[in-house]
Amino acid sequence: MSFSKVKYLLLVAILGLSVGLAACGGDDDETTSGDGSTSTAGAIQSNPDNSSVTLTIGSKNFTEQIVLGELYSQGLEAAGYDVNTDLNLGSETIARQALKKGEISGYPEYVSTALTSFYEKDAEQVPSDPNEAFDLVSTEAEGDGLVALPPTPFSSANAVGLLTSKAEELNVSTISDLEGQSQDLSLYGSPECRQRIDCLLGLQQNYGLDFKSFTPVDIGLRYEVLDKGQADLSIVFTTDAQLGASDEYTILEDDQGVLPAGNVVFLTKQATIDEAGPDYADTIAKVQEGLTIEVMQELDARVDIDKEQASAVASDYLKAAGLIE
Amino acid sequence: MPASDLLPLAEVSQDFFRDRSGGGCIQENRLFCPGWVVDNFDRYVDPTVQHLGLVVSAVVGGFLIAFLLAILAHRHRWLSSPFLAATGVLYTIPSISFFFLLLPITGRGALTAIIALTAFTLQIIFRNITNGLRNVPHEVTDAATGIGLTKRQLLWQVELPLALPEIIAGLRIATVSTVALATLAVFANGGGLGTEIVVGSNITFKTGIIVAGSIAVLMAIVFDALLLLAGRLIAPWTKVAR
Amino acid sequence: MIELPFLPLAAFGLFGDAFDFIFNQQEAATGGVMVGGPEQVIELATKQLEVTLLALGLSLLIALPLGLILGHYGRGEFLAVSVGNAGRAIPELALIALMAAAIGVGLFNLVIALAILGIPPILTNTFVGIRQVNRSSVEAARGMGMSDRQVITRVELPLAIPMIMGGVRTSAINIIATATIAPLAGILTLGDFIISRNVYGDAGVLAGAVLVALMAVALEMVLAGTQWAMTSKGMKLQKS
Repeated sequence: MSFSKVKYLLLVAILGLSVGLAACGGDDDETTSGDGSTSTAGAIQSNPDNSSVTLTIGSKNFTEQIVLGELYSQGLEAAGYDVNTDLNLGSETIARQALKKGEISGYPEYVSTALTSFYEKDAEQVPSDPNEAFDLVSTEAEGDGLVALPPTPFSSANAVGLLTSKAEELNVSTISDLEGQSQDLSLYGSPECRQRIDCLLGLQQNYGLDFKSFTPVDIGLRYEVLDKGQADLSIVFTTDAQLGASDEYTILEDDQGVLPAGNVVFLTKQATIDEAGPDYADTIAKVQEGLTIEVMQELDARVDIDKEQASAVASDYLKAAGLIE
Repeated sequence: MPASDLLPLAEVSQDFFRDRSGGGCIQENRLFCPGWVVDNFDRYVDPTVQHLGLVVSAVVGGFLIAFLLAILAHRHRWLSSPFLAATGVLYTIPSISFFFLLLPITGRGALTAIIALTAFTLQIIFRNITNGLRNVPHEVTDAATGIGLTKRQLLWQVELPLALPEIIAGLRIATVSTVALATLAVFANGGGLGTEIVVGSNITFKTGIIVAGSIAVLMAIVFDALLLLAGRLIAPWTKVAR
Repeated sequence: MIELPFLPLAAFGLFGDAFDFIFNQQEAATGGVMVGGPEQVIELATKQLEVTLLALGLSLLIALPLGLILGHYGRGEFLAVSVGNAGRAIPELALIALMAAAIGVGLFNLVIALAILGIPPILTNTFVGIRQVNRSSVEAARGMGMSDRQVITRVELPLAIPMIMGGVRTSAINIIATATIAPLAGILTLGDFIISRNVYGDAGVLAGAVLVALMAVALEMVLAGTQWAMTSKGMKLQKS
């Protein structure tokens, strides 16, 4: 065989190998398979009947969501399901679209976001009592062809954040205090914030605030823009790790209740629940039962501040809570 | 489904909560924290492997297609211009744009990313193969035809080997560019090192971005060197052209 | 995988939506804001062009004189060529993200980052272009009494135009492609349609992709035309 023939055969072999590699690597991450059989009380038991069911767990595109996605998927994996993940989908519109199209089996959504973004409720219409809110979102979801599983203990809300030094300088402690000053202040938020009533729209319509500018940036940068002095104000989350870690940042009190808090409910379809059996909803409930606001902040901190991987953080928590070995 | 009373909490002990008052390199998100890199290096393994897969698939695929086009254009000279123009358009279209142009057809995933990356390499490789073939001295081709080689033998046994340095040069450029571009594959949901740059809070994590970027640069350097070496091994009789 | 018989119809539908997105302002998928429409398209396109031209200009300002001087005196070959190779290896995404994280978002920083991508091709090509100029032409010019600067501007530069413009075109493509991900750094360009999929929906994303592609091709054609116009008649004859 001449040189050229050898070379080209080699190339074909490499092509085959690399297509295989890419096919494996490019797919959505499979969570590492858990040990399966556990027998400690309270732990998630692996049920062999579940192994024939494939679930795809999705999440939106910021830390808390990704951690929740990992928690649910690892819990379900421990229960014996075959689990894929498609985390970091995007905003709520994209996640809901993926759910409806069947690309994912379910994802965690904030009750407040679902009610205001999907079901067109005003901020005042979002009940502050978590049980009432859950009932409302359940009914709405049913009409939407979706099912909302019972909520987490913790709730989170959008908040107007700024540097503590800036807050002192402007002498503001509530959002209403911004009146008269907001036209000189720049606001940064996620791209979808522009169109959400529990975000920029609400601030503009309900608080009547006009800002000097609104700049959309990736959610991950919400504190960076404050640090760098680009943003006077930034939309942050009440469960953010950065708020607890130091006194550097402050959030303004939402005195008019325009930025409602929402517990997290796992949105899925009835058909999936039927197919997956009782362990599906039970595992999800088990995984989230210990997620108080302190715990969620700690988990968020481990990813955002300690820079650990969400999957590792999730499994550490599940082990510490005695849910998996 | 009625709202259930919250189940008894699966409590974690108090020492689950860490004390972050101490500060430190990672907490302050300083530019580069070597300690963290050493401890956490394994999180870059999967993205690197995916990245390798994307690059190799794209370059090999690009080479095969460009090679085919070049041979055709060598036989039928009038094809050169249209092929050059077509591959040129594919080269000009930004990859991220390409990902989403392909979205309705191939959806989100590694395949979309690979197709777009392959399209990018076509012009570089095609042009280099074509130039390499054209630069074979007339005396050599005349002599070869003179001793009775068929057109096909001429191509495979004389012209291509002599064009090798130029072809390798083209492959090197294509590969290095593809390694850099493949970081964008994350936008097509195709994985790769881009996931460690853009996903979640990675986008603010200076050390993480530096590590991911450095791995990409290193990968490019290694591929470049490997191809250079391969060129020297396969065709030691020719001087490597600039 | 996708079933082929239905594929063409579905793909056409979405392209139709994208077309509509460009020309008709419409309400966003979740309501609340108006997106799309010619006004927004032009605003973002202008920003992308502005950013690209600024960065390209800055790259030329730095790389062209440097390449000319190094090439003329035959110094720094290793530097000029290595910078070209190294520049190709820079991952654009990492550069923009690091810039946003370490230095901050904003137009100034973005243009600097884009210029970092744009300088290598121009520097290398200018250097090589000058070096490849026929030595006898240079000698003849010197013989006529031209100063160094005159040699560069009247002899070497015109003869090196094709090579230099090739570098400029490569730079332009890199810059405009990276300008598409500028929204990550807070500067809204056409890429916002693609990156903020949330707001603009699938139609918007496709519209963004098409617009960016068209803009890149248009810029390339303008530069190609410029190159043709700047190449002296003699060289054009030489080529054929």
